[in-house]
Amino acid sequence: MQADVAERAEEQAQHSISIEKLADAETMIELKGVNKWYGDFHVLKDINLTVKKGERIVVCGPSGSGKSTMIRCINRLEEHQEGIIDVNGVTLTNDLKNIEHIRKDVGMVFQHFNLFPHLTVLENCTLAPIWVRKMPKKEAEEIAMKYLERVKIPDQANKFPGQLSGGQQQRVAIARSLCMNPEVMLFDEPTSALDPEMIKEVLDVMIELAQEGMTMICVTHEMGFARTVANRVIFMDGGQIIEENAPEPFFNNPQSDRTKLFLSQILSH
Amino acid sequence: MIINENTIPARPAPASSRGIIGWLRANLFSTPANSVMSLAGLAFLAWAIPPLFQWVVLEADFIGTNKDACTSEGACWVFVSARFQQFMYGFYPDVELWRVNIFFAEMTAVLVWVLWDKMPKRNWGGIWFLTGFPATSFLLLYGGFGLEVVETHKWGGLMLTLVLSLVGMVIALPVGVLLALGRRSDMPAISSFCTIFIEVWRGVPLITILFMASVMLPLFVPGDIEMDKLVRAMIGISLFEAALIAEVIRGGLQAMPKGQYEAADAMGLSYWKGMRLIIMPQVFRISIPGIVNTFVQLFKDTSLVLIIGLFDLLAVMQAGITDVNWPNISIEAFVFTGFVFWMFCFGMSRYSQALERKLDTGHKN
Repeated sequence: MQADVAERAEEQAQHSISIEKLADAETMIELKGVNKWYGDFHVLKDINLTVKKGERIVVCGPSGSGKSTMIRCINRLEEHQEGIIDVNGVTLTNDLKNIEHIRKDVGMVFQHFNLFPHLTVLENCTLAPIWVRKMPKKEAEEIAMKYLERVKIPDQANKFPGQLSGGQQQRVAIARSLCMNPEVMLFDEPTSALDPEMIKEVLDVMIELAQEGMTMICVTHEMGFARTVANRVIFMDGGQIIEENAPEPFFNNPQSDRTKLFLSQILSH
Repeated sequence: MIINENTIPARPAPASSRGIIGWLRANLFSTPANSVMSLAGLAFLAWAIPPLFQWVVLEADFIGTNKDACTSEGACWVFVSARFQQFMYGFYPDVELWRVNIFFAEMTAVLVWVLWDKMPKRNWGGIWFLTGFPATSFLLLYGGFGLEVVETHKWGGLMLTLVLSLVGMVIALPVGVLLALGRRSDMPAISSFCTIFIEVWRGVPLITILFMASVMLPLFVPGDIEMDKLVRAMIGISLFEAALIAEVIRGGLQAMPKGQYEAADAMGLSYWKGMRLIIMPQVFRISIPGIVNTFVQLFKDTSLVLIIGLFDLLAVMQAGITDVNWPNISIEAFVFTGFVFWMFCFGMSRYSQALERKLDTGHKN
């Protein structure tokens, strides 16, 4: 699998947008001085992060480092106490209208898929377009089928999630998010709950998505994926961003001791 | 080194674990203790069933009009047929009985429409069940618009039991859902109101609630407002059952994985849309046993209206027992009443089991 991913990397080197070009792209997400506490526990410490349109960020770090919490703050699944979060020109406040507006534009894929078990695959995909975007049912179904084809499971459209394998469920979850035509996709450890043989099928879909220019923030431990698609890799520890760099220098020449230790632990076997 | 190129074809399971013999082995005679229990059970059935059958059917009297018709050893079902009208309608006037019959027919039709999944336009059935059906039923049973008014104290028997149960179920379910959601609310005012409401109503015996509604409520409300005794009983039963349903639903809400709420939120669904489309359908499915349990209990508890002077099915039967023309009839009366209650409750139970199977989408959380 590693070799395969590397192969794809070369293939995509030509496609990928260079960081220089991104410099003048518009800002999609901006976090300024974000702090968050769970009770007295300080989970996010002075997070500053700017994500340009079309940029692909991979966030890694040991468990409990705050990486999931950070991306969950972006669509308000978690509330931050200090700092400013701007998403696509809208500032997150307690105003429900604002929050729902941002959530329409931000797709999220979870570690445990979180498909709706009482609805078919197709209904999972059409629910939000119909009820949030007010799309006619027929149009929503056409769009859903298009995305189900893209994640290569149109034949499962009328099954229930419980009848699908983990990898298939996660691909449905990705299609479900895409049906809302999001500006940004957040991935919260999308392959961590999968059997090894299913990781590739999900990563392939994500790589394709990246090639098409989707803005992505991805919390993952798939370092091959990070090398392949990321414009930037962010390493978090203890609620802070410790190191932020392009994948090449990040993996080959990490600066901080903690990054070196982390990389040596996850890459050593 | 081992290399196995041949795929081993699947074989049928051995005869001892298939068919009737396999079933008997697995279920009745798997261990010595199990075998003893099975044989004892069979012996008990062989001892109990024949005399019971003899009493209920073979030696029973079915035809006649009074106690004199009951000459044989078995049950005197003549009592039931002689009292059939009271048992169905209570003291409803003879000439108006057709109205109750239309009510029974409409109820059966609309329930079949709503509950049977092969019926067309079931959502219209649901709307009729909640709007047109109560309106027409009220008109039919109570009167007005040219129909003679029949006061509620003349209502009784199975008709009263069904009216009380249906009203109770239809009100208790939505109120219970709102109470359950309210109890989990982030807003302290709402959650404490719902918690106090649930705990107070749930903690008081229904008999006390009915008694208070009947005897004490009139002492508190101004004299010129007079509420029908049956309406007061309906409100009491509905709110009592709503508190029970609320806790059943809350259990279901508690069992929902957090990820379902998060996925609904992350898609931009509002709280109420998320609840209606994502959370509640799943909560209802896992709460079916609890909801039906509460409904069965409600159906049987309606007989407590006896203490405030309303004559439901059981009360009518009990009144019949005290009739001097029908001595020694209490066994038949209670067996028959019990059987009628059981039939309705068993029906609900079977329906709920079919519903559970239908809604099972193979997902285990």
